[in-house]
Amino acid sequence: MIATGEHGRNDKDDGTLSVPEYEIEVQIRNVEGLHMRPAMQFVDTASRYDCAIEVSNEGTSVDAKSIMQMTMLAATCGTKLRIKAKGPDAGEAIAALRQLIEVKMFGETPA
Amino acid sequence: MRLSDFVCMDALIPDMAVGDRDGVISELVGALAKAGKISKTKAEEVAKAVINRENEASTGIGKGVAVPHAKHPAVKQVVAAVGCCGRGVEFASLDKQPVYTAILLLSPADKADRHLQAMECIFRNLQKDDFRRFLRQAQTVEQVKETIEDADTGSS
Repeated sequence: MIATGEHGRNDKDDGTLSVPEYEIEVQIRNVEGLHMRPAMQFVDTASRYDCAIEVSNEGTSVDAKSIMQMTMLAATCGTKLRIKAKGPDAGEAIAALRQLIEVKMFGETPA
Repeated sequence: MRLSDFVCMDALIPDMAVGDRDGVISELVGALAKAGKISKTKAEEVAKAVINRENEASTGIGKGVAVPHAKHPAVKQVVAAVGCCGRGVEFASLDKQPVYTAILLLSPADKADRHLQAMECIFRNLQKDDFRRFLRQAQTVEQVKETIEDADTGSS
């Protein structure tokens, strides 16, 4: 039977103990692309969550919580990034990142 | 992109004498002006743009390195200068540690994609422990230049 109680939030009646995992694709829409300032906002947002977050641009996959790695994505305007999050708060992290990138566009000028 | 595609080999400064962040930025911008990469009459203005950008958020991203940068209309092509300071400079870095190597990157206002590619190249190299260590320890222009060339050929 499914364990209850001890492991907390995932032990729903219908669920398993598996860790939530989400993967989405987002598009960089601000004209300057993912330069250092947006990359720092990205890292700040990602770092608010406990889940592991990985971002890929074609062949390059980096840790979303490392500014040094994030700047290596060289994501120009129009670039599609894949974001993978795994951990208890992965769903919230993904939603916040999508909001930052595609809706707020890092507070920058859209293309 | 490779470092030697945009790093100005006439603007490499080992063992910088200046002791503060703005001094480092001004000296590196000055080196690029001296090398003819930007107009000498614009040097002060460009340095101010870099300092303003730095004041918004530090580009000292930890591990003893900083990448001060700005986009400016006086800049015709993406170009970088490299400065090393063995004693370390206070840069308001993310990890609160001093900066030993500053790579100053200047980009034209309208070349966002090339700016990103140059940044990618800089950070790809700055991740390597050897690259950071060699730059930090460099005593001569030749040593800085060799470190950059070795990084480009993949031997460091």
